[in-house]
Amino acid sequence: MTEPTIFELSKPNRKGIRFPAPDVPLAELPKDFLREELPLPEVPENEVIRHFTNISQLNHAVDTGFYPLGSCTMKYNPKINEETARLPGFSQIHPLQPVETVQGALGLMHETQQWLSEISGFDAVSLQPAAGAHGELTGVLIIRAYHRSRGDTKRTKMLVPDSAHGTNPASSAMSGMKMVELPSNDRGNVDLDVLKAECDDTLAGIMITNPNTLGLFDENIIEACQLVHESGGLVYGDGANMNALLGIYKPADMGIDVMHFNLHKTFSTPHGGGGPGSGPVGVTKELADFLPAPLVVMTSEGDEDNPAFYDLINPEQTIGRVKSFHGHFSIIVRAFTYLLILGKNGLKDVATHAVLNANYIQARVKDIYHIPYERMCMHEFVTEGRWEDAPGIRALDISKRLIDFGFHPPTNYFPLIVPEALMIEPTETETKETLDAFADTLLQIADEAKNNPDILHNAPTKAPFGRLDEVKAAKELILKTQLPEDY
Amino acid sequence: MYTSHTQADREAMLKTIGVDKMEDLFQSLPDEGKFPELALPGGITEMEALDELQYISTANETPQELVSFLGAGAYNHYIPAAVDSILRRSEFYTAYTPYQPEISQGTLQAIFEYQSLIAALTGMDVANASHYDGATAVAEAVNMAYHNFRGRRKKIVLSPTVHPQYRDTIHTYMKGMNLEIVGENLKSEDGPDELIPLIDDQTALVLVQYPDFFGRIFDLTKLSEAAHANKALFSVHVNPISLGLIKPPSEFDADIVTGEGQALGIPMAFGGPYLGLFATKNQYVRKMAGRLAGETVDTQGKRGYVLTLNTREQHIRREQATSNICTNQGLITLASTVYLSLLGKNGLQELANLNYHKAHYAAERISTVPGFMVNPVQPFFNEFVVHCPLPAAEINQLLLAHDILGGYDLSQDYPDLTHELLVAVTEMNSRSEIDFMVEVLEEETHD
Repeated sequence: MTEPTIFELSKPNRKGIRFPAPDVPLAELPKDFLREELPLPEVPENEVIRHFTNISQLNHAVDTGFYPLGSCTMKYNPKINEETARLPGFSQIHPLQPVETVQGALGLMHETQQWLSEISGFDAVSLQPAAGAHGELTGVLIIRAYHRSRGDTKRTKMLVPDSAHGTNPASSAMSGMKMVELPSNDRGNVDLDVLKAECDDTLAGIMITNPNTLGLFDENIIEACQLVHESGGLVYGDGANMNALLGIYKPADMGIDVMHFNLHKTFSTPHGGGGPGSGPVGVTKELADFLPAPLVVMTSEGDEDNPAFYDLINPEQTIGRVKSFHGHFSIIVRAFTYLLILGKNGLKDVATHAVLNANYIQARVKDIYHIPYERMCMHEFVTEGRWEDAPGIRALDISKRLIDFGFHPPTNYFPLIVPEALMIEPTETETKETLDAFADTLLQIADEAKNNPDILHNAPTKAPFGRLDEVKAAKELILKTQLPEDY
Repeated sequence: MYTSHTQADREAMLKTIGVDKMEDLFQSLPDEGKFPELALPGGITEMEALDELQYISTANETPQELVSFLGAGAYNHYIPAAVDSILRRSEFYTAYTPYQPEISQGTLQAIFEYQSLIAALTGMDVANASHYDGATAVAEAVNMAYHNFRGRRKKIVLSPTVHPQYRDTIHTYMKGMNLEIVGENLKSEDGPDELIPLIDDQTALVLVQYPDFFGRIFDLTKLSEAAHANKALFSVHVNPISLGLIKPPSEFDADIVTGEGQALGIPMAFGGPYLGLFATKNQYVRKMAGRLAGETVDTQGKRGYVLTLNTREQHIRREQATSNICTNQGLITLASTVYLSLLGKNGLQELANLNYHKAHYAAERISTVPGFMVNPVQPFFNEFVVHCPLPAAEINQLLLAHDILGGYDLSQDYPDLTHELLVAVTEMNSRSEIDFMVEVLEEETHD
C-alpha cells in the first residue's frame, strides 16, 4: 500500500498542537506585510505520529540489521549517548550565554579536544566543523592560510589520490586549489615516483586517506609525507577511516599535519539518515593559530576551592568562522560519553576488533570474490562484484540480492579504481554469527550469479519496495508534493 | 564495551585469517609508533558515565533557571513532545544516507516531505535537504551565485544586517574565490534600499536578511527590482517562524531563500546541530547544491522516492562539483518536518502571532523605563533593538545578577552600537517574565 504524504492526510481546521492564548495585549502588523496564503498541511497529532512511525518501518537501520556500508562505519550507537545529549543542562543552553553560565559545556568541549588530541597526536583540535566534508574544507583553508602567512602565494596545487572520497577534490576546489590526481600503485599505495614528480614549489599539499578507501594501510605513508614536507607542502589527512587506528597508530606520527575526525563514524554518534555528523579538525602546533574561531581554552586550571575556568577565543591568524556558534555540540556530548565509557583500552579494542572482523569476512570470501589488492586489510576491504562466468551480473545486482537476506548492501562503485567495487566494512560491534551469516550469503549469491542470475536481476523481492526508477525521477523531477489547485 | 567476541570466537577467526594473534593483523604498519600508550583514563560503566555527564550538565544554567531574552540566531521555542518521540525511532536515527532506496523509503519520504514543507513555507518552487545551519546556507547561496555566473561576476552586495556570524562564514568560505564583498560597511541603522546604489552589472548576488539581524521587517520590493534590473540574483535569509505571519520572500521575487531552521523544533543545544534551509526557483534547481529526493515508482508501479540529480554532487563530479556538501542534517530535517506537520497552517500562524504580540508588549513596556528606547515606527517580528542609558554589556551584567539573560550586546559586532541591546521574545516568555525584567531595569537604572 502506498503511504500518503503528510499533505495528503490534511483536512482543513485540524490541529496537531495548541498554544496558550496570549497573556499580553494584541499587537497588529501593518497590513502591507501580512502573509495571505500558508499552504501547510493540517493533521492531528496521532495521525502525524502514525504517519512517521509507519514510514520509519520502511527503513533498514543499524538497529534492525547488519549494515556493512564501507567507509561509513555503521557501528552500533549506544543508547546512553541519546540520554546524555538530552540532559536539560546540555540541550537547553543558548550558544551566546555568558561563558560563566556555560562552564559545564565549555569544560566538556575542552575535555573532548584533549581526548581527540591524545588519540591522534595533534597539538590542537577545533570542534567547530559540522561534518567530514566541512572539516576538509576547514583543513584545506588552514593549509592555504599557512602558506599565505609566509608569503608563499603560489602554492595552490593540491594532490589527491585516485582512491579518495569525492569530497576531497570538491573541498579542495572550493578552497580555490588546483587539484591534481595521483594514481595508486599496484599494492594500492600512493605511487612515490609520481608523487616525487609533483613535489615542487607550487605544491600546497596532499589530501591523503590512511587507511585508504581500499581498506589498506598505505605502506608508503611515512615516505610520502616526508617528500611533501621536503618540498614545502603540507599533508591533509582524511580521518574517515580512523576507526582502524584508535590506539594503533597516531596520524600525527605518520607525518600528517591536519586531519578531520568523523564523530559519526569513529565515535558512535548516530548517522541520523544522513547527519547530523561532526567533523572536528586536529592540527600540529605550527597550524594551531589558523584554526577556525572560536576555540575553547582553559584560562585557569582551578584548585581545591575554585573549579577550572574555560573561555572561547579567536586564534590570532584564524581562517575565521566556518559556521555559526560552536559546532555540533549535542553530537560532541554523545562522542564524549562514548570516549569516557571506552577509555584507552576500550578504544584500542574498537580498532583491533574492527580490523579482525573485516579480515575475517575477507578471508571467508576471498577464494570466490576477487580481491584486487590481496593484503591484510584494515577495518574494511574492497572486492569486485563480477565473474567471467556470470557475464550479466554487476555489483549492483549482488547488492540488491543481499537485501533479500536482510542485509544492507556494501558501498557500491567506490572507490572508482576498482571495477564493480563492493566495499565492505563490518565494524567492531557485530557478532561472529552475524559475520558468518553475511559471508555465507555472499558465497550463496556468488553461486546464484552463475547458476540462477535472474534471481539477482529481479532482486530485491523481499524488501518493502522493488527497484526504483531513477531515470524517471531525474527526468520528471517531482521534488515536492503536488498540491491540488484549491489546497 | 560494544564488542561481543568471546576468546574462542577470536581464536577461530584469527585461525581463518591465518595469523596467530591480534597484533599480527597490523603487520603492514611501521613498527615505530605502533601501539602507542595513550595517556587517557581507563573506561567506566554506563552508570558512572551518566552520573558524570549529569554532574557536568548541572554546571550550566538553562532557561529553566534563567529568564532569557537572548536570541540573535538561536531561539527558545516550545518543542512538542511528538517531535522527539519520532526522532528517537532508531529506524530513522541509526540509518544512513538513503543510498539503497528499496530499504530507505522512510528516510526518503521524510526528505521529500521536508522539501515540500520548506517550499510551501518559503513560497519557493524547490528546497534541498539541506545545509548545516543558517550560516553555511547563506555561504552556499553566495557560492551558487558565483557559479551561476561561472565566476565572471565578482561582486556580492551583502547587507550589514545579515547575522554577523553568517557574514564571517561567507568570508571564510569565499577565501579562494577572489570575490569583492560590498555593503557591510553601510550604516546598520539604514534600511535595505541603501544597498541599491552598490548594485551593478558585475554583481552576482544581493543578499539580505528578513526580518533582519535586528528583527526589523522591510519591504524588499525595490531592492529586488534593482538586483534583477542588473540580472543579479536576489537572496533572502529568513526566520522560518516569522513566515507564519509575514509575506514570504517569494512575494519579493527572491531567487534564493535561506533560513536557520533551529526554530522549527530543534533544541538550542549550545549552538548545534541546527539546520540550513535552502530553497530556490525551478530554473536554478541544477545549480543548487545539496541532497534532493524525487518522486518515482518501483518495479510494481508503487509510488516511491529516490535521491535524484546526483550528477550535481561531489561523489560524481568530484572537483567539478560546486560544493562539497555531503552528509549534513538528515535527522534535523526530520525534526523540522514533524514540527511543521504538527503545527500546520493554523499552528504556525498562531505561534507567529503569539511571538509578535509578546515582543511588542515587551518593547512597549521597556520603552516606558526612563532612558530606554525602542524605535516606535519600525515594524519588527519577535526581536528588537533597545537603546539603553548605559552600555549594553553593563545592562546585561545588572540583569544577570537577577538571573535574567537580557539580550545580545550589539557592540560585539557593531562598535558604534555601544548602548544597543538586541532583545528576543518568544512564546516561552510569560508576561510576568517580561514585567520582571522591566521592574529590574527600572530599579537598577534608577538614579
